[in-house]
Amino acid sequence: MIITEHLHKRFGSQQVLRDVHITCRPGACIALIGPNGSGKTTLIKSILQMVIPDRGKIIFQGDDITGQCEYRAKIGFMPQMTRYPENMTIGEVISMMMDIRKDQKNRDEELLEQYQLKDIYHKRMGTLSGGMRQKVGACLAFLFQPDVFILDEPTAGLDPLSTEILKQKIIKEKSKGKTTIITSHVLSELDEMISEVIYMHEGQVLFQKSMEDLKLATQEVKLSKMIAKMIA
Amino acid sequence: MYKKTYLILIIFFLSFLAKLEAKTWWVGKNESLHSLNQAIQSARAGDEIRVKKGVYFERNLIIDKPLTLIGEGLPVLDGEGKYEIISIKASSVKVIGFHIRNSGISSLKDLAGIKIYDAQDVQIVHNLITNSFFGIYTQYGKNCQIKDNQIVAYGKEEQQSGNGIHCWNSSYMHIEDNVVSGHRDGIYFEFVTQSIIKNNRSFRNLRYGLHFMFSNHDTYISNVFTNNGAGVAVMFSNHVNMFNNTFHQNWGDASYGILLKEISDGKIQGNQFKKNTTGIYLEGVSRVNMSRNTFSSNGWGLKIQASCQDMNIHQNNFINNTFDVSTNGSLVLNNFDGNYWDKYEGYDLNKDHFGDIPFRPVSLFSIILEKNPTTLIMFRSFISALMDKTEKLIPSLTPEQLKDQSPRVQPIPL
Amino acid sequence: MNKIYKHVMVDIIRNRMVLFYTLLLFIVSLSIFSLEDTSSKGILSMLNIILMIVPLVSLIFSTIYMYNSGEFIELLLSQPLKRNTIWWSLFIGLLTALGLAFLLGAGIVILIFETSLLGLMLVLCGLLLSCIFTALALLAAVLTKDKAKGIGLSIMLWLYFTIIFDGIVLFMLFQLSDYPIEKFMIAISMFNPIDLARILILMQLDVSALMGYTGAIFKDFFGTASGISLSFGTLVLWVIIPFMYSLRYFKKKDL
Repeated sequence: MIITEHLHKRFGSQQVLRDVHITCRPGACIALIGPNGSGKTTLIKSILQMVIPDRGKIIFQGDDITGQCEYRAKIGFMPQMTRYPENMTIGEVISMMMDIRKDQKNRDEELLEQYQLKDIYHKRMGTLSGGMRQKVGACLAFLFQPDVFILDEPTAGLDPLSTEILKQKIIKEKSKGKTTIITSHVLSELDEMISEVIYMHEGQVLFQKSMEDLKLATQEVKLSKMIAKMIA
Repeated sequence: MYKKTYLILIIFFLSFLAKLEAKTWWVGKNESLHSLNQAIQSARAGDEIRVKKGVYFERNLIIDKPLTLIGEGLPVLDGEGKYEIISIKASSVKVIGFHIRNSGISSLKDLAGIKIYDAQDVQIVHNLITNSFFGIYTQYGKNCQIKDNQIVAYGKEEQQSGNGIHCWNSSYMHIEDNVVSGHRDGIYFEFVTQSIIKNNRSFRNLRYGLHFMFSNHDTYISNVFTNNGAGVAVMFSNHVNMFNNTFHQNWGDASYGILLKEISDGKIQGNQFKKNTTGIYLEGVSRVNMSRNTFSSNGWGLKIQASCQDMNIHQNNFINNTFDVSTNGSLVLNNFDGNYWDKYEGYDLNKDHFGDIPFRPVSLFSIILEKNPTTLIMFRSFISALMDKTEKLIPSLTPEQLKDQSPRVQPIPL
Repeated sequence: MNKIYKHVMVDIIRNRMVLFYTLLLFIVSLSIFSLEDTSSKGILSMLNIILMIVPLVSLIFSTIYMYNSGEFIELLLSQPLKRNTIWWSLFIGLLTALGLAFLLGAGIVILIFETSLLGLMLVLCGLLLSCIFTALALLAAVLTKDKAKGIGLSIMLWLYFTIIFDGIVLFMLFQLSDYPIEKFMIAISMFNPIDLARILILMQLDVSALMGYTGAIFKDFFGTASGISLSFGTLVLWVIIPFMYSLRYFKKKDL
C-alpha cells in the first residue's frame, strides 16, 4: 500500500512533480504512463527516496517513509537498463544483494532459473547487452519476494520470449496480492497485466483510473486507444 | 780539551748538589705537616710538595717561589665559595693532580680556581676544577702549559659565571687536552699570541665554547666545540689557524659554529661543522683560506656578509645543509672554487670530476629569508621551489658573481 | 555498515588505477632512495611526492570513482540501506584503498630507508593527506552534478591548496613584514592541510635552520608535544569536516 500526498519536486527551474497524489492498493498492478519528462521516473525515485521531494509525504504500508530505509526491504526495484555498476560480475551483484538482505531468507529464484543467469555469473555487467542487464534487474527485483514491485521500463531491450516470461511472472505475483507499479512506453505489452492506470503529464497526475472505469468511459479494449481517447 | 771535560764535570756536580738540595715535603692527615700553606712557607725554591688524599680548607694559597705541588689521590682544595684557591706568582710552578673546588664568586675581582700572575713556564696538569668562578686564569703568562685539566661549572647565568680557561695578555701558551663545560666561555683569550690550543673539548658553556679577541698568530687544532650557547666567536685577530676542529650543535638565532668578525690572514682547514644553526658567520673577514672543511646538516653552511673580501673557499664539502651559502649584498669579492655541493644538479660530461656548469650556492629563498625571516614558514612549499628554480635559470635577486666555477661532483674524502 | 563495506572494497581494489598508483609510488620511492647518495635528499623528493602527488591522486581518483559509482550507489539506495551507511562505506572504502596504496607503495620504503621520527612523520602526513583529499573529493563530487565539473572542482581545490593559498600567504608575509605575525602565521597554516603537513615535516627536516629566532617561534609551537598533537588534531579535523559536509549534502541529494 503506497500513498503519496501533495508531492512537489523542483529540479532547478523545472517543476517535475506538482501536487502528486496516487494510491496503490495491494493486489493492484498499476501502469504509470505519460510522455517523456512527465515525472514518472522522479515519482518512482521519490518512493524509493533516491529523490527527496520538496514537499508532501509518502506513506508506505501506513508509515511515513521520511528518513526510513527498512521499508525498502519490501520493495523490489528494477531500474532502467543502464543503471548498474559496470565492473561487477552478475554473480557479484546478486551475491552482494543477498548479503545486504541476509535476513530475507525466502528467496524466489524462479526467474534466475528461467533466464539461465547462473550460467553466466562470471560476466561483468559492463560487457552485457541491454537485454541481459534487464534480465539481471528483473531477477533482483523478484529475488526477495517483496510486497511491492517497482519496474522502470522493464521490457525495454528484452527479446519477446524473455518479455513473455517476465509478464507471466508479474501476473503470477499479482495474483498473490502484491502491488506492482510499471512504467512503460510500450502500451500494448501492458494490456493483460494491469488493473489500473496513472497518467502523468508535466509533473501532474492527469488521472488515476481502474481498467474497468477506463473501458466504461472510453468503450475501447486496447489500452493505447483508451489513453488516446482520454487525453483527447 | 781538558777544560771542556772539567766544565762538564762541574756542571754535573752542581746539578747533583741542586738535586740533593731539592727537598720533598709531605702534607696529609698522618704526615708531619697538615697544612699546605705551612708547607709552602717552609719550602724553598725548587722543592716538591706532595699532598695526600683529603679535603683541605687552605683559603688562598699564594705560591711565590718555584715549587712543584703534586696531589696524590686527588686531594681536594676547597675555597668555601669565598677565596681564590691557588694564586701563582712565581715562574716554573707546577700544580699537578688536585681537585680544586668552590672558589669565590666576585663581580669586582676575577676569582679563579688557579690564577697565574705574571709568570713563565708554569705547568698546570691533571687537575679537576669544579664549581669555580673562573677555572684557570692567566694574566701576563708566558710559555705556560695547561694540560689535561677537567673544568666543570654549573653556571646558570652569564653574570654568575666566569670562563673555564681564561688568558689575558699572554703568549706562547700551550693549552691541551682539557675538558671545559658549564662556564660562561669555555676558553677565552684576549691579547694572547703565539699559542697552541689543541685537543680540548668545550661544551655546554653558557656563551661561547671558544672566544678570542685581539689574539694573533694562534693555532687551534683538533678541538671539539659542541652545544655551547652561542658557539665560537673569533674577533679582531689576524693570522689565526684553525685545523681539524669540530663545531657541533650550536643552536640558536645568534649561535654559530664560528662567528668570524674582523679577521684576516688565516687558515680554516679540515674542520667539521655539523648541525649548527649557522656553520660560519663571516663579517669583515679578509684573506682567510677555507679549505677541506665539511659543512653538514647546518641551517646555513656559510653566511658571508658583503663586507668580506679575498676569501678563498675551495675544496669544502657542503652536505645536507638547509641553505649552503647566504649573503646580504650583491657585491662578491670572494672566490669559491672546487667545492662539493650536494645540491648541485649539473653534469660532468668530460669526466674530470668537476661539473661542467657553475653552481650558484645562494638560493633565492635564502635571500628572501634574509629580508623577511617569517617567510621561513613557507620553506619547501611548491611555490618556494618554483621561485628557486626560476631564479636558478634567470638570476635576478641572487648575486650573479657568487658561484663555484668548477663544483665537484663527488664529495672530497676527508 | 560492514555488510556493504567489503563490497565497496572489492569494487575499488578491482579498479586498476589503485594498483597502478601503488606500483608507481613503489617504483618512484624506491628509485628516489636508491639513486640519491644520502637519504636526506631522498626525503626531500619524497616530501614533494607526499605534498603534491598524493593529494592530487587522492582527489582525482576519488572524484572519478564517485562519479563512476553512480549506478552502484543507486543500486544500493534501492536497497534497505541508510544513506549514511552507504556514504560512510564508500568513504572508508576509498580511505582503505588509498591509504593502503600509499602505505605499501611509499610508506614501507620510507620507513626502511629513514627509520626515524622524520620517516614516521612523513608516513603519517602522507596517510592523513590521502584521507583529507579523499574527503574533499567526496565533497566536490556531491556538490557538482556532472563529472567534468566535479573533476574541475577537484583540480581547482588542489591548485588552491598547493599554489594559490601559499601565494596569497607569501604576498601577505611581504605586505605585513613590519609586524610580528609569526603567531598569526601559525594560525593561518591551520587552514591549509598541505602547509600544515609540510611544516610538521620541516620541523624534523630542517632542525638546525629552525633554531633561528623566527624558527624558534614556530619550533616552540610545532616542535612541542602539544603543538604536534594540535596539528595532527587539525589534520584529522580536515578529514572529518569536509566528509561531514559531504554526508549532509549526500543525505539530501537527488540521484
